Order: sequence, then structure tokens, then C-alpha cells
Amino acid sequence: MMIDLEEFLAQSGIDGATMEHWFMRTWIAFPQEAERSEISEIDAARAVFIRDLKNDMGVNDEGIDVVLHLVDQVHGLRRALTILRKELGAPQG
Amino acid sequence: MDNPYAILGVEPTASAQEITKAYRRLARKLHPDLNPGDKAAEERFKDVANAYRLLGNADKRRRFDAGEIDEAGNERPQQRYYRDYAGTDNENGYANDEGFADFADGDDPFAELLRRAAQARANQPGQHLHYRLPISLAESILGANKRLNLPSGDTLDVAIPAGIGDGQTLRLKGKGAPSAGKGAAGDALIEVEVLPDHRFTRDGDDLTLELPISLTEAVLGERVRVPTPTGEVALAIPPGASSGMKLRLKGNGAARRGGGRGDEFVRLKIVLPKDIDPELKAFVAGWQAGRSFNPRAEDV
Repeated sequence: MMIDLEEFLAQSGIDGATMEHWFMRTWIAFPQEAERSEISEIDAARAVFIRDLKNDMGVNDEGIDVVLHLVDQVHGLRRALTILRKELGAPQG
Repeated sequence: MDNPYAILGVEPTASAQEITKAYRRLARKLHPDLNPGDKAAEERFKDVANAYRLLGNADKRRRFDAGEIDEAGNERPQQRYYRDYAGTDNENGYANDEGFADFADGDDPFAELLRRAAQARANQPGQHLHYRLPISLAESILGANKRLNLPSGDTLDVAIPAGIGDGQTLRLKGKGAPSAGKGAAGDALIEVEVLPDHRFTRDGDDLTLELPISLTEAVLGERVRVPTPTGEVALAIPPGASSGMKLRLKGNGAARRGGGRGDEFVRLKIVLPKDIDPELKAFVAGWQAGRSFNPRAEDV
């Protein structure tokens, strides 16, 4: 599902220039030209996470690079574990 | 909710700086996106966030200390965290396998399992891709062949079936993202948006067109050409027509979900020329029946 980008920015309190900066740092996948007015739900949730890291937790840009890299690995690992569970016939959690 | 000072682990006499510091320390530990598998973290983080919302704001903190507001404060609506999306199999393009890639290199049974897991994931079907396709009202009724320009630079030919309704989704099997391995490609899901036609106002499947007519046409009646979404048709204006009269063109409305079409209503509007002809003026001035007719009387 896609969300209107302007609406999302207004609701999340993230300004457009900040969001551009996050796209440039590749923290969030760069939207294709045709989709620049919309953002996917997962990208919007990721932007809110970055906002929390910056504003609430005082993490700087370099710290966010590290956090996102590790969080992405955790999710990759969780995904592998989910598939392993399925392979081993365990019930889904 | 417990006392917000206790939740943040600070004394009631703590400075604003100490409160922010305590909150940041807890947020770094409890933020749900930093604890993807810990369901309880969200509840604990919510308490901490609510406590900070109260104590991190000087005015709210003063009012809480003075007993003007309770510790519940205002809770934000249910938030969906990044982990809720990142944790699903198909949607997360960010997740990567670097964190355990070395484990899959060995000869042991665990490495074999990980390789199988990676293979299974690679062979999962490709993602479904969602698109929106705006079409005209006429195209929704008659059907059309459209070409979608995809963000990737490719194009996708879409045959719009006649009678498609606004918001309906077309599924083109196998036209979505390819699988990373041997799985089937996903589907392209195309949501059709029927654009408004500004000649008509739309109410459900019915359309209304305002049709200006002359005084002559209103008095004597006339066959005129009126637009419908798919072209012009002839319409008989009955003699003695009034402004506001609605005439129905059955089955000339928008396409209905599940087949058929709504109706087009033509609302007449008598329009007089900008400059009134002196002959007409003279006639109306001497027209006694016109003077005795009261259009505001109840039995008109």
C-alpha cells in the first residue's frame, strides 16, 4: 500500500528537506520518479524509526548508519529463522 | 500507568536535562524497532514514551506536579512500528543475510539447514507489484487498451474490460517482480481509477448533465443532441419544459460493478439571450396569461 508523501510528512513531523537527506544517505530506498508523491508503508515506518533514533534517542547520522545496518541484519536473520522453523515443521510464531 | 517519575527512574526533583537523559537511555534500550522479537518491549516503551511526554514538557510537568492532570496524560493512537513491516517475509527489501552468511559455508548440518533456508527464500514467488491506472469515464464503459509506464522504464499493456468500475483491481498474472530464484514471478495488481468527467456530476452509477436550452426549445419542444460519456444521442425536449426538469437517458450512465450501466439524467436550464429582443419584450409586456401565472403558487 502506498501513502501520500505530503500527508505522511505532515503527520510525522518530518520535513521534506530532512526526508530528502535520508533518501540521499540511502537509509530509505529512493522512490522512483513516477512515485515521488507517494511512499510505501514500510518506508514510512522506517522513516518514523529514523526520526525516533534522531529526535528521541539523540543518535547522530553515523550512529544511524550503524543501527540500520544491524537492524537490517537482525531482520534478515529473523527471516532465515522463520524459514528454518517452517523447514523443521515447527508451528509459526 | 505508574508514576512517570518511577517509570523513567528519576527523582521528582530531577532537572529537565536529567529527565531527557533518562528517557533517551530507556528509549535506546526499549524502542520496539531495536527489539524486533520482544513483544513486551512495545508496552514498556509506550509507558516510557508516555511518561516522557508528560515530564519532558515543562508545562505538562508543572500541571502534573500540581495535580491538575493525572499520569495517564494523552496516549497517542496505536502506532505501527517499522518492525511490523520489516518482520514480514515479502515486503522487506532492506533485510540482509550478511549477519550469518559465514554460518552457511560449513559442512555441518546447521550450515546445510541455512543453505536450504536461503534457497527456499530465493525460490519464493516474486512480489506482487501494485499500480494505479487512471482511465476516462468513456474508457471504463467501452473498455480500452492502455499502456502503463513502469518506474523501471518497462511498459505493461493492460486490456481494460468494458464496464470496469472505479476502484476495481485487475490482476496480470506473472507481471509482477521476478523471483530471486526458481519461484514464479509475482502478479501486477492494477487498481483502476475512473477519472471524473467534468461535463457530468456523478452519484453512484448515475450521471447528471446540465443542459442549457433556449426559450424557443422550452416552449415548443425540440429534438436536441446531448453528450453522454460515450458520444452524443438525440433527446426530445417536451413542449413546455421548465428549468430544473430532469429527463432520463436510460443506461447511459457509468458502468456498474457486476455489469450494466447507470442512467444519465439531463437537467434542463432555460437560458435567455444576453440582450433581450425588443419584439419578445413587447410580447411579454402585453401577454396577459403570463401575468396571471404565478410559478410560486403551490399547485403549479
